[in-house]
Amino acid sequence: MKLLVLVLNRFFWFFPTVLGLMLVTFTISHVIPADPVAFVAGDNATNEQIEALRAQLGLDQPVHVQLYRYVLSVVQGDFGVSLYTLRPISHDLASRVPATLELTFVAVLLSAAIGIPLGVISAVNRNSLLDHLLRVFTVSGLAIAAFWLAILLQLLFAMELGWTPLQGRVDGWGPDEVTRFYLIDSLLMGDLDIFLSAASHMMLPAITLAYPAMATIVRFTRAGVLEAINSNYVMYEEAMGFPRRVIVWKFVLRNALIGTVTQIGLIFGILIANAVVVEAVFDWPGLGLYAVQSILQSDYNAIMGFTVVAGVIFIVVNLIVDIAHGFIDPRESR
Amino acid sequence: MTANSRSDDLLRVRDLSVSFATDGGVARVLDHVNMTIGRGRIVGLVGESGCGKTTLARAILGVLPSNSARVDSGTIDFDGTDLLQKSPEWLARNVRGRQISFIPQDPFSSFNPVFPIGSQIMELMKWKSPELSEEDVLRPRWRPGSYSRARRNADYERVLILLRKVQLPEPEAILRKYPHEVSGGQRQRLMIAMALLPEPKLVIADEATTALDVTIQAQILMLLRELATDLGVSVLFTTHDLGTAYEICDRITVMYAGQEMESATSNEFFNHPTHPYTNSLLRSLPSREHGIQGIRGEIPSLIDPPTGCRFNPRCDNSVAVCRQDRPDPTDMGDGHIVRCFNPVSAEQRAKAS
Amino acid sequence: METASFLIRKLAEDRVALLGALLISLLVLTAIFAPFLATHPADIAEFHPVERLQGPATAHFFGTDRMGSDIYSRILFGARITITIAVIAIGVSVLIGVPIGLIAGYYHGWFSDMLMRTSDIFLAVPQIVLAIAIAQTLGPSIENVILALSATYWPFWTRLVYAETRSLQNEVFIEASIALGAPPWRVMLLHILPNIMSSIIVRTTIGMGGTILTAAALGFLGLGAPAPSPEWGRMISESREFLPEAWWYATAPGLAIFMVVMGFNLLGDGLRDILDPRIRRSRAHDSK
Repeated sequence: MKLLVLVLNRFFWFFPTVLGLMLVTFTISHVIPADPVAFVAGDNATNEQIEALRAQLGLDQPVHVQLYRYVLSVVQGDFGVSLYTLRPISHDLASRVPATLELTFVAVLLSAAIGIPLGVISAVNRNSLLDHLLRVFTVSGLAIAAFWLAILLQLLFAMELGWTPLQGRVDGWGPDEVTRFYLIDSLLMGDLDIFLSAASHMMLPAITLAYPAMATIVRFTRAGVLEAINSNYVMYEEAMGFPRRVIVWKFVLRNALIGTVTQIGLIFGILIANAVVVEAVFDWPGLGLYAVQSILQSDYNAIMGFTVVAGVIFIVVNLIVDIAHGFIDPRESR
Repeated sequence: MTANSRSDDLLRVRDLSVSFATDGGVARVLDHVNMTIGRGRIVGLVGESGCGKTTLARAILGVLPSNSARVDSGTIDFDGTDLLQKSPEWLARNVRGRQISFIPQDPFSSFNPVFPIGSQIMELMKWKSPELSEEDVLRPRWRPGSYSRARRNADYERVLILLRKVQLPEPEAILRKYPHEVSGGQRQRLMIAMALLPEPKLVIADEATTALDVTIQAQILMLLRELATDLGVSVLFTTHDLGTAYEICDRITVMYAGQEMESATSNEFFNHPTHPYTNSLLRSLPSREHGIQGIRGEIPSLIDPPTGCRFNPRCDNSVAVCRQDRPDPTDMGDGHIVRCFNPVSAEQRAKAS
Repeated sequence: METASFLIRKLAEDRVALLGALLISLLVLTAIFAPFLATHPADIAEFHPVERLQGPATAHFFGTDRMGSDIYSRILFGARITITIAVIAIGVSVLIGVPIGLIAGYYHGWFSDMLMRTSDIFLAVPQIVLAIAIAQTLGPSIENVILALSATYWPFWTRLVYAETRSLQNEVFIEASIALGAPPWRVMLLHILPNIMSSIIVRTTIGMGGTILTAAALGFLGLGAPAPSPEWGRMISESREFLPEAWWYATAPGLAIFMVVMGFNLLGDGLRDILDPRIRRSRAHDSK
């Protein structure tokens, strides 16, 4: 019952939040620029061209009409036409979403698989040499600029050592598109070569993305485990003779993980932010690279489209995390 | 084992000293403490907060915080074994939660919030089955290992019987619930059931009723007393409330600033308080004749305690020797033990009401 | 004043936080004395094509860039840009975010809800995404980077101040001063604000690190100060076409960003350990 209320409440807020996001992008694209049309049309446009475009885009209408039309078209998935590729921006974006999602999923899995055990070990051996080393490692992860780390890794592993490909998503043609996640599609095809190629291309960008996210997971898991270890129920479990190992890895971990799960939203924010620059460095054909190319080409509609899509992905992830949290934390759900 | 194990005393703490490293220095939290619990007896350990009763309880359980606490001297003789000589692993496997079990002070925060109550109780059953290893306990439920389904069902039935014994309504339903879904009184009944589950010889109840409403307190006390008597279990009951101690305990030991001051049967204790501290305590209970009388002065620092008797700066009977030497426990007859050079006289004695 | 000396004393005991403070001081001193410390102070705008892409040597500590300019000197001047962006952007964010948080927390009603929903919308998108959109619309310049960052970072302080204000409202001393008829602005400024100051300081310190990273990323994407500005992110971006030969090109500015952000994060962590009463309580010994 409580869970149903929670789910409904989150869904209820989903739409106003997305609407608000559109209001923000509308303000940025239609209100801030002195003359949005000249902006969209570019520097070389003639006056007639600008006026024609103004009418065509409906920018001669009052602001509230423009807003109404803007929201209506965005809701229908229409972000206009890219000034550079001349294709509908929604098509461009849609074709690039899977690459970014695949990369961020792998990065999340990687950071959780490494970060959670490290966080537990760090907390259990609090103030030991190991804990201090891990602290240096995680603090560095949060201080390092992702694009710089990407370049360093590229310099070392791709250029100097030649262990991994320099950039891109796969050698030659990708696998037949089913899920459009190359790692999965190549396995569905049964083509191990493509799989290995995709995996080796994935390596450096995924590590770059995972490092700061992992640092966050280690910190939250460590704090959660420490809090649980100092709690009365651990004192009780100890007094009843449970061995340390059972207490930590069975009883405490579940508590600490609930806290960590709530942070996945935050972690996903870090990932999306870093994906923009990391994709640019590794030429990874996802949303981030599209945004960077659009910036270089002053492809203004495309950037607004990217902003809305990235924002919506982030909002959806947070929605899922909130609801998942409700399911796994008995105090929320019952 | 030795002849000792046949003795009437289940637990004998002798000369136990424990200190804690704190930011301000080393605090001697237990200072040469002695205490005895007879088989099947309920012993109340009474004192203000900070007097060392929780530390004593934890020392017996062997769960002193390992990074800050140190045992300086003494023995804890439990059923013929000195627990202080045993490894932490041995204690965890053989003593804690088996021969000695525990009822915590706060039933609200002592349950793990994210597991159903039933699963927490079953984990305890599992760990206390001698033939199961640590790996078996670590296993998730869907990979039971050597913990067979039949065994599990039998254990489950035992749990249900015990839950009925602690007068919990609809035990099956309660086992499916999460801790935050049951009331405080029910949680403490569950805690009692869990404490009795391994059929222990000694139950340590640390302020077990303090967190509960007064009306529920009385029920829980009665239940604990009944079950302990029924099953012949000894109980160490720590409390700061003399009234609670009087209701349930056969014998009372009073602690002050890390030392036991007086120890006697409940009747003797209330009718003939002999240590000046005990006497002041009883006088500080509200009464019709003299209202409420506090004890002058403050609890001493444990980092830099007064020399001699730790109570001497606040004591009305203090004489020169009290400020120099620590009094040794003396038997005043019939097991009434007092640590004092100058006990209270008959005229000074507070009358129990 | 008492709290300030307490803070300094505590910080002096925490070696990690001290290291953070040291790194930040280094940044500030570098920025102030850049013209004196630089070996080639003119190189922020002057080019020597003959000397382009030379490796680290005594003449050029960190080597030279594609224009033959001294990277060491450019990094020193880059510190000025970094500080300017971070201090102004965070300052504006605090000045916007804190009052909104106070008002939304103090008053209850639709207006408060609206303020918080607005800040939620800004928090619902990764900061860099909105900042890219704003900076792209306004055109690449330091001022616009500052504007973009201020416009996207203020909700962090609103959230924090809102939550702390709401929890303080149940405290007896706040209820008492309201009951005694103190006007709302007085309660907010004299009673609530001083009590949440420490949280604001911690958040601001850690926020500096994040802002510097985002600003560098914007620079890297070409949305920051235009060439030939010695902005660190831009320098790293320029270096890419000369890899792997000119390995030093990206190394120095990346290290500079790393050290500065590390400094703020370490100091922020240290401050939180000192100022957060919850952590202090759990550290206290239980010697019952």
